[in-house]
Amino acid sequence: MHSFGYRANALLTFAVTILALMCAIASFSDTFNSPSPSSQIQILNINWFQKQPHGNDEVSLTMNITADLRSLFTWNTKQVFAFVAAEYETPKNSLNQVSLWDAIIPTKEHASFWIQTANKYRFVDQGSNLRGKEFNLTLHWHVMPKTGKMFVDKLVMSGYRLPEEYR
Amino acid sequence: MGWIGDTVDSIKSIQIRQLLTQAVSLGMIVTSALIIWKGLMCITGSESPVVVVLSGSMEPGFKRGDILFLHMSKDPIRAGEIVVFNVDGREIPIVHRVIKVHERQETGEVEVLTKGDNNYGDDRLLYAQGQLWLQRHHIMGRAVGFLPYVGWVTIIMTEKPIIKYILIGALGLLVITSKD
Repeated sequence: MHSFGYRANALLTFAVTILALMCAIASFSDTFNSPSPSSQIQILNINWFQKQPHGNDEVSLTMNITADLRSLFTWNTKQVFAFVAAEYETPKNSLNQVSLWDAIIPTKEHASFWIQTANKYRFVDQGSNLRGKEFNLTLHWHVMPKTGKMFVDKLVMSGYRLPEEYR
Repeated sequence: MGWIGDTVDSIKSIQIRQLLTQAVSLGMIVTSALIIWKGLMCITGSESPVVVVLSGSMEPGFKRGDILFLHMSKDPIRAGEIVVFNVDGREIPIVHRVIKVHERQETGEVEVLTKGDNNYGDDRLLYAQGQLWLQRHHIMGRAVGFLPYVGWVTIIMTEKPIIKYILIGALGLLVITSKD
């Protein structure tokens, strides 16, 4: 009845249950954090702006990104993945999201930053609709927990416009 | 001498009963595991609700051996989401992040481009020859939750089948020999 096997089994079951419960509580504790991140993005320069041989518009730009994401970090946060996407509408597509820059923020100490960068990924449209196009720059963040549920949110910054002519 | 025969009979019947009970309880374990799996499939709407990360292409977010919980809802796919997708002509699904989305005006069809956080370039090299975008039907689900390390059990079992057989054998032996 109370053999070694049964005791080991009971102990293991109990340990796994407690571990699962602790993971669930750690994940649940994240919901009490109400973050208030802030960000500013300036477009410093349009480096070049042209139509590719097969007809898609492509633009290269330099941005100045300032952000403070420190409030996203809790004790259950492994990392925050932040990225800036250009979002706009064209006659063909109701939504275009083009990622321009991203970063993995490993700790709270790195979460308040300032960076001047050209777009890391190519800003290419599906078609030729970018001349004079108004677009939003949106800072998205994905909070990756040590365990449990992932959190996602964004900050939309509007009022950016591409030049009327290729250059 | 009649009582000896009776005792033998009763022992025999007990053994058959015990055997039956063990078979039933084994069946219960197997079916309840199946019920949980199928139930998860119904709730999440994904054909594989739980996947194990096999490569390091999403490090440091997801390491090899981590478990991801998937969810497949009607919500449109957006940039930044971590999706699990199947490429034509590839067996193993890939877990990567969406970096570009183009959604059609009338039909609402999406074309997305993915990239592993730890990879240098985007995934066009991983896609089928000449494929530039992923469509909705390639995508099996999006990752919503995360549990570290647990997936190592499956990785070890698939890479070292002997351990799997030893484990199954030991469990079977335990079930057969247990008296209560």
